[in-house]
Amino acid sequence: MAEARAMDVVVAPAAPLGMITLRGDLAALAPVCAAVTGAAMPGVRKAEVSGGRGIVWMSSDEVLLLVAPADVAGALAQIGTALAGQHHLAVDVSDARAAFTLTGPAAREALGKLTPTDLRPTAFGPGDARRSHLGQVAAAFWMAQGGAVTVVCFRSVADYMLELLRVSVAAGPVGYA
Amino acid sequence: MLTLHCPHCGTLAAETELTAGGEAHLKRFGPGSDDDSFEGYLFMRENPKGVHFERWRHSYGCGKWFIAARCTATLEVFGTYPAQSSAPPQHIRDAITARRPGWGWRDLA
Repeated sequence: MAEARAMDVVVAPAAPLGMITLRGDLAALAPVCAAVTGAAMPGVRKAEVSGGRGIVWMSSDEVLLLVAPADVAGALAQIGTALAGQHHLAVDVSDARAAFTLTGPAAREALGKLTPTDLRPTAFGPGDARRSHLGQVAAAFWMAQGGAVTVVCFRSVADYMLELLRVSVAAGPVGYA
Repeated sequence: MLTLHCPHCGTLAAETELTAGGEAHLKRFGPGSDDDSFEGYLFMRENPKGVHFERWRHSYGCGKWFIAARCTATLEVFGTYPAQSSAPPQHIRDAITARRPGWGWRDLA
């Protein structure tokens, strides 16, 4: 039996993110999302994120806006002004969520052991975002251009998530290939 | 494992990402309806061995409801479509007919 090898990936809590859940008609939300994050509205199951700012597609009427933590209040005010009189919902969820980063070539395999999502390179690559579950808890994750993956989950299960990711890495590769 | 295509976000969702919502295309009989209709709406469900229509929610994904047409005996999935449909679309009926000629479900066929 092959010796279990730790995988080439580093799991760490992400730098603090300002997170805003925004729901409404995505086409109508696009201008204010661009003004707040500097990113274009992502397509279905896509993420437009760079340097901790951006937009992640959550569902056909929901996006997650990422801004600097200090900018959240200002962004909410800006959204409220821009969408006044228009049906929408914007909530600061920065403190309700926890974020982790997986950096390294084996990030895909570390995640793949925990979720039923199809993570083959042809199905999930840089710029792609998914909502699913990791282990027993709900999570959203997206891959940056360099291949690093950011995982977002509820803060109430942050300890579980961090240990889950670490165990997945420590247990070594599955070795299907 | 049952894997269903979510028509809202376009991914293949595994059963663990989904929540079952019971039989699809129920017609509601509320206040003012007669007792038999109300009982039928509340309690009477199909339990077929074969073609069945079920509501599912992509709860760990996009959170949207959709309807799946599948076979309860073989787990074959004929297709999925948004829950904002009062009846199965024609391409779903055609797909079922291709695989199960002469199928019937409630008043559908």
